[in-house]
Amino acid sequence: MTDKTNGVSRRTVLKGTAASAAAIAVPSFYIPNATAAGAFRNDPAASGKCVLGFNVPQTGAYADEGADELRAFKLAVKHLNGEGDGGMMNTMKPMNLKGNGILGMKVEYVTGDTQTKSDAARASAKRMIEKDGVIMFSGGSSSGVAIAVQALAEEMGTIFMSGLTHSNDTTGKDRRRHGFRHMFNCHQSALALRPVLDKAYGKDRQVYHLTADYSWGWSQQDSIEKGMAAESNWQTVANVKTPVGAGDFSQYITPILNSGADTLVLNHYGGDMVNSLTQAMQFGLKDKQVNGRDFQIIVPLFSRLMAKGAGDNMKGILGSTNWNWKLTDEGSKAFVKSFGQEYGFPPSQAAHTCYVQTMLYADAVERAGSFEPAAVIAALEDHEFDGMGNGASLYRKADHQVMKNALVVEGNTNPTSDFDRLSVKEVVSRERLTYDPNEGPFAGGAQWS
Amino acid sequence: MDAILLQILNGLDKGGAYALIALGLTLIFGTLGVVNFAHGALFMLGAFVAVSVREVLTISTKVKDESVTFFEAFKEIPYLELWLGDTGKAIIDWSVPISILIALPVMLLIGLVMERGLIRHFYRRAHADQILVTFGLAIVVQEIIKAIYGANPIPQPAPEMFSGTFNIGALFGLGDNIVYPKWRIVYLFFALGIIGAVFAFLQFTTFGMVVRAGMADRQTVQLLGINITKRFSIVFGLAAVVAGMAGLMYTPILSPNYHMGMDFLVLSFVVVVVGGMGSLPGAVAAGFLLGILQSFASMNEVKQIIPGIDQVIIYLVAMIVLLVRPRGLMGRKGVMED
Repeated sequence: MTDKTNGVSRRTVLKGTAASAAAIAVPSFYIPNATAAGAFRNDPAASGKCVLGFNVPQTGAYADEGADELRAFKLAVKHLNGEGDGGMMNTMKPMNLKGNGILGMKVEYVTGDTQTKSDAARASAKRMIEKDGVIMFSGGSSSGVAIAVQALAEEMGTIFMSGLTHSNDTTGKDRRRHGFRHMFNCHQSALALRPVLDKAYGKDRQVYHLTADYSWGWSQQDSIEKGMAAESNWQTVANVKTPVGAGDFSQYITPILNSGADTLVLNHYGGDMVNSLTQAMQFGLKDKQVNGRDFQIIVPLFSRLMAKGAGDNMKGILGSTNWNWKLTDEGSKAFVKSFGQEYGFPPSQAAHTCYVQTMLYADAVERAGSFEPAAVIAALEDHEFDGMGNGASLYRKADHQVMKNALVVEGNTNPTSDFDRLSVKEVVSRERLTYDPNEGPFAGGAQWS
Repeated sequence: MDAILLQILNGLDKGGAYALIALGLTLIFGTLGVVNFAHGALFMLGAFVAVSVREVLTISTKVKDESVTFFEAFKEIPYLELWLGDTGKAIIDWSVPISILIALPVMLLIGLVMERGLIRHFYRRAHADQILVTFGLAIVVQEIIKAIYGANPIPQPAPEMFSGTFNIGALFGLGDNIVYPKWRIVYLFFALGIIGAVFAFLQFTTFGMVVRAGMADRQTVQLLGINITKRFSIVFGLAAVVAGMAGLMYTPILSPNYHMGMDFLVLSFVVVVVGGMGSLPGAVAAGFLLGILQSFASMNEVKQIIPGIDQVIIYLVAMIVLLVRPRGLMGRKGVMED
């Protein structure tokens, strides 16, 4: 007997329901790289080689950040293979690395150029996975790129330990199970800066935002705007989006002069920040008085390389950073000493996060006793660690974002050298930077159990 | 009103750079018939002459940096400062204007070598071949600069005397709100000066007269026994000098980086097309016009009505001009129409 409703049989409905339920349940148990027999893509045991991929911008606006990331990756490989002074392997807790590679296999690496372009970065990462046989890849410097290659990592079932990426979306709405981020994010920058900006510049300020027109810029602007509006009643006069790599920002800066704004937030990074800050100074913004107050410029995300590029224009400017080489904890000192001896200058925050990510991945493999992505993911999730420059830290399972300390920094008014352009104003605690992984700007991201 | 005046100044300033590059492009196209995609690289090379001169002037001795304790680091003190004190500091401070003296012969030489060594072999080839070879050359030059100087922008400060802003509003009785960076004003006058000098050179010298005659009818000039090829080679060198000067003086405005030439090149080609292929006054007029339009399109009030207009305005205007006047604003009949 057939029970038909609107021409559809009951059996068809049952089949459809079962298929839909299976499809919905897939993300919770399906790991694309795994098979029933436990084999996985680029298994070092099968190929006899443990290859890591370092996919960084070697050309384009963030090329110097990329070069520093590559230096850090090479140093990490050296330390993993038991060469050099071991760097953070002397301070990392817990520490399961033995200086004999990973699981006794010597670490090799390949490099790629993301060109700071999503399509080029994906092509380079795909080549690494399919042709070079990498078991993990890393790198960064643009959130747009990080998000694009993170999606590829998920498709290919290969772990991606992101480098410099600061957008909320990387571990928010665009997070992926195979993606892990050690770098802090825009929301955490805002959380760190809020009390400092309030104390330094007061309440009720009129703010003009110049914002890089891509994922990171929007994320940064939104976080600072909402954070300062809620706590300090800072009002946005205008938010002007500027193209990445604009070079000359004068046409965006001149309207600020007569806008009634008394504060400029430069949501720019890398070469764009160097240019926009330099040009804002040339237009005399920092010398102006508006609404009876001194005009202020804020750069939410700083790096040592940018500080070097902007030179004296950085003096007295407040911002945040993931890490700074002047920190005096044992982990930072060990890394800076190692990096400084190798290259003759201190590392940037980009170098630090890439070095730490490589070490954390290697340590997770040792703890898991396997390179199998599912096992390594489990080893990284909810992993507590210390001795790596940011205090006691947690790789949170819910969003694969590290919860740790970050820094508020200020452009040094009396630098003794190009390395000394930033001074640490405050180490902001992990507790103050911890947030709900599914609330506000982080809502809508993938869930895994 | 103040905002509009400031944007006009911005447009004139940026337009000055566009006009200088477009002027060189038009000179080369008008004389040699070559579409030179390496012209942006000449602009960039001029900027890096300024970088190199500053690096030479700031050759330093290394002193241990006591602020770094984790490893042995050094800071640098320029020999000029050690040897000459305040005079040495002043020489370093004026490094950008001083670079002009070096850039004049260097850019002329680069232009002549480029033309004699490579481009002359492509005179009789199709425009597509010329574009390919000059574009390839631009990429090679760009990568060499990147290998030597790195990828990050290298700031070049203007002399202390020209840093800060000038109150233009007060000068003309328009209040205190129209202030503009002093170096940008210097750049505008510099661009106008160079443009005037090039026109005067072509208009009032015998050499210029021969070149103009050659641009109009090359064969007839050659029949008169004049070596027009040699003169056109010198014109290529002159165009290289103009582009180099434009790049060099722009360094305090935009910190030099290896791809700055490419950024300006595309816009400058649009300027040449809008002005009219082969028209020198057209290139200059279109340079300033498009610079001003681009500045206005970047105003928040305009962007709120048409989002993203600042990034397409130049191309939009180019489309409209070419639809209405297919030869550009001041284009000559027969140029690139075969």
